Amino acid sequence: MRREVVVTGIGAVTPLGVGARTLHERWCAGSSGIESGEGAASEFEPTDHLTVKEVRRADRFTQFAMVAGDEAVAEAGWDGELPYDPSRIDVVIGTGIGGIGTLERGKEILMEQGERKVPPLSIPLMMSNAAPAALSMRYKLLGNSFGTVSACSAGAHAIGEAARKIQYGDADAVMTGGSEASLTPLARAAFSALDALSPTGISRPFDARRDGFVMGEGAAILILEDAEKAAERGARVLAKVRGFGATSDAYHLTAPDKEGAGAAAALRKALEDAGATPEDVVYVNAHGTSTPLNDRAETKAIKAVLGEDTEVPVSSTKSAIGHLLGAAGAVEAVATILALRDRIAPPTLGYEEPEEGMDLDYVPGQARQLRVNGKAAIGLSNSFGFGGHNVVLCLEAT
Amino acid sequence: MAATVTPEAVEKTIVDALPQFGVEESDITRDATFEDLDVDSLDLAELSQIIEDEYGVQLKGDDVGKIKTVGDAIDLVVSRAG
Repeated sequence: MRREVVVTGIGAVTPLGVGARTLHERWCAGSSGIESGEGAASEFEPTDHLTVKEVRRADRFTQFAMVAGDEAVAEAGWDGELPYDPSRIDVVIGTGIGGIGTLERGKEILMEQGERKVPPLSIPLMMSNAAPAALSMRYKLLGNSFGTVSACSAGAHAIGEAARKIQYGDADAVMTGGSEASLTPLARAAFSALDALSPTGISRPFDARRDGFVMGEGAAILILEDAEKAAERGARVLAKVRGFGATSDAYHLTAPDKEGAGAAAALRKALEDAGATPEDVVYVNAHGTSTPLNDRAETKAIKAVLGEDTEVPVSSTKSAIGHLLGAAGAVEAVATILALRDRIAPPTLGYEEPEEGMDLDYVPGQARQLRVNGKAAIGLSNSFGFGGHNVVLCLEAT
Repeated sequence: MAATVTPEAVEKTIVDALPQFGVEESDITRDATFEDLDVDSLDLAELSQIIEDEYGVQLKGDDVGKIKTVGDAIDLVVSRAG
């Protein structure tokens, strides 16, 4: 019998503000965190939360993870004393590009002032494992700690792999999630050169007029625990991580498989892993990037698995905050958990014009009540990354 | 060109630099140890860079290992420059 995994704490820093509930409440109220074509975490002021030394020792992506981590730890009731042997608490955090801002500044100094002026902190700040390293040190977690790197599915990958560690018995708890801070000149220019970014600066997933994604930044951290141990210590359980499905397209470096076959396979695997059926699903938090290719392929994948005429509400968090890349999967898992808990389907903001063949219920206009009809509140959260990495998490709110 | 190296000048450079690393300026005295000031090897690597920039004195691995107090750092820089 495999061990059950529950979520006991969540935290987030997003373009909608600092805090997981801030994200949920503002998104459900129809607020957008996108300004001037970007989802910057503009309410995040590092020194409000961290000491001068902590700020100096961490790239922005790590700062996000630390602040989201503090929120999650406090909610789980872990501040003060860890509930388990620290050597049995792991840390798994995803990122798409890591400390690219630090890399760019270091390169500028190298070119303009010479190699002897390159900051010695360049490597420890930019390395993609900086966030899990910082969290392990911050909370004195002594188990297995590492980063997952799979572009825009990194955050979801981290959560899925973290759940496996508990299920397998390697860890009693895992601090997991994803973080990204890549609103930088190089990342902007490079995504733009790929024609991936929206030239109009509008994120309107699934709408016929969508023309690319809008970059965002932020992080989300979740505390996962062995369900039995969490119950023993009387922890408040927010949700269960029921299933994890991950596949590869083996198709193209950046484009999704047009038919969404890899995505559909991940959806099936997640349901199978959860011991659930398509009929059990009450909500889908889509990857929904607002790129022409993704949203079409994802719609096909969802229909292939949930049924051609499925009425399950499908919405995209990216309509409100843009695409948080390696943090997206984690932020969206948090958004999914809160949506399921509150029995509310948050809206796909900006969705107005349907495209032929794309006829799911994308929750246009405004949030609405999520009908569970006495069933468990089971939802899916999709994440697909450059490289053809597909990850689906099956979550159940209690 | 590098600034004139006097103990007073080096002390001022260090007192100006350390608060960037999160050190309280009032805690900085010649006898204060870097350990007590919570200045670790990464901070010292940055401080070495500032000192090299200002005085042209390079502090490398072994040197940094020998420095325990703010006074040690000042003395080492002054002796190297002389």
